[in-house]
Amino acid sequence: MIRTEELKKSFGENDVLKGVTTEFYAGKPNLIIGSSGAGKTVLLKLLIGLFEPSEGKVYYDDTDLFSQDDDALRQIRMKVGMLFQGNALFDSMTVGENIRFPMDMFTDMSLKEKERRVNECLEMVNMEGINDRFPSEVSGGMQKRVGIARAMVLEPKYLFCDEPNSGLDPKTSILIDELICDLTHTNNITTVINTHDMNSVMGIGDNIVLLKDGKLAWQGDKSQVLESDNQMLQQFIFASPFLQRLREDALKTRHAAEGE
Amino acid sequence: MVVTNMLYHLGRYVSLLRDAVSRPEKFSMYYKETMRQMDAIGVGSVFIVLLISVFIGMVTAVQFADQLGDSFVPSYYIGYIVRDITIIEMAPTITCLVLAGKVGSNLAAEIGGMRQKEHIDAMEIMGVNTAAYLIMPKIIAAVVVIPMLVAISAFVSIIGGYLSTVVPGTISHTEYVLGLRSFFVPRYVFMMFVKAAVFAFLLTSVSCYMGYYVKGGSIELGEASTSAVVVSDVLILVFDFLIALLLT
Repeated sequence: MIRTEELKKSFGENDVLKGVTTEFYAGKPNLIIGSSGAGKTVLLKLLIGLFEPSEGKVYYDDTDLFSQDDDALRQIRMKVGMLFQGNALFDSMTVGENIRFPMDMFTDMSLKEKERRVNECLEMVNMEGINDRFPSEVSGGMQKRVGIARAMVLEPKYLFCDEPNSGLDPKTSILIDELICDLTHTNNITTVINTHDMNSVMGIGDNIVLLKDGKLAWQGDKSQVLESDNQMLQQFIFASPFLQRLREDALKTRHAAEGE
Repeated sequence: MVVTNMLYHLGRYVSLLRDAVSRPEKFSMYYKETMRQMDAIGVGSVFIVLLISVFIGMVTAVQFADQLGDSFVPSYYIGYIVRDITIIEMAPTITCLVLAGKVGSNLAAEIGGMRQKEHIDAMEIMGVNTAAYLIMPKIIAAVVVIPMLVAISAFVSIIGGYLSTVVPGTISHTEYVLGLRSFFVPRYVFMMFVKAAVFAFLLTSVSCYMGYYVKGGSIELGEASTSAVVVSDVLILVFDFLIALLLT
């Protein structure tokens, strides 16, 4: 579990996060949503430790992330996997070498063991047999999967995904969501996903954190989204008239079923 | 304002170098990266160094031959002057100024590109000390191979001087070789290697610094690359003077 306490972050005069206290649970996909400029990316970077907070704390279980020295911080980071918006796969390495990189750097495994683990990870994301291809030789969706495989290679306790669906078609987006969700449940990982994608919210949102102007505006799960009377949530998720009609229809159906 | 800015960059540069000097997470990975950089910096620069050096030697010899033509100075002095000017100044300084352009801009663009494509963030999150992994192998590789390139440059310049004076018959083979063997001061060779090592350190560390902290898009990356070359060149010239003061 990851917990934040009164997390604040300012850049000069600009207060981006204004005191966010929340929790991200193990074994669940935790989604951070909010409009552009709400502070999602800053919150994610604070959670990972790429930014230092102006005030407040981030706890990984009971460990205060920002009171650790460099070595202890690196030990924590070795339990973290991250899927970047642009995948961040190293261009000069093949897919296999990209996935192997964390093992090359931090383990004493033999080459054979590392190759076996690479193949396991590729199998996990349904991408067997592309070890020798370079990232530029595979599609965007495949690169995402390779990114997930690399993030999972050291069996992380915490997985962060920054806009995992950006640039993907709806079908591939759903496949990526399902993949992240399966891995989270199977491995009991604390997964934090930064997303704009409403399909993800309604599909895998076991714990949804809505940010508005740097503050926590709402928190709940996907089953509470339809019923919630939080105006900020409704304005954000059901932004278009089409989605509003869908919500009304869904509510009618649910109430009718409850009446029966 | 300019002084504040310079102090800010100096502080950040020193801080980055301090981070870069730390125990490797995995020695074998650093060794592999150092070897890769030696190949890129050293082997990748041999041709341009050879080309420039042969012309430096040829021009130096032709100019001195012309100036000494009607004087009472013995013509074998051409070999002596080409040797000393090459070893003391031309080989280390001109080679490193050229390498600042070729290698420095390349390093700044490579690391800056990694910063922009979030590769550095990805490594940080994995727990890699990126300052050490990305910068230290490049500095070690440069400090090892650039003095070798400078030695090659000095040798080829002397050959260039021979080609441009002995082959057309300006002076004889014996005179040129006599000049090369006259008044030799071994300390100058030591000075050449000191300059080469210092310049190598400067051009790689400054270029890596420029790339490591790049922000924004392709325009900023281009600016960082240009700054890497300009700042490296200025520092090479300043340290050239300082080393000359200290070692002569």
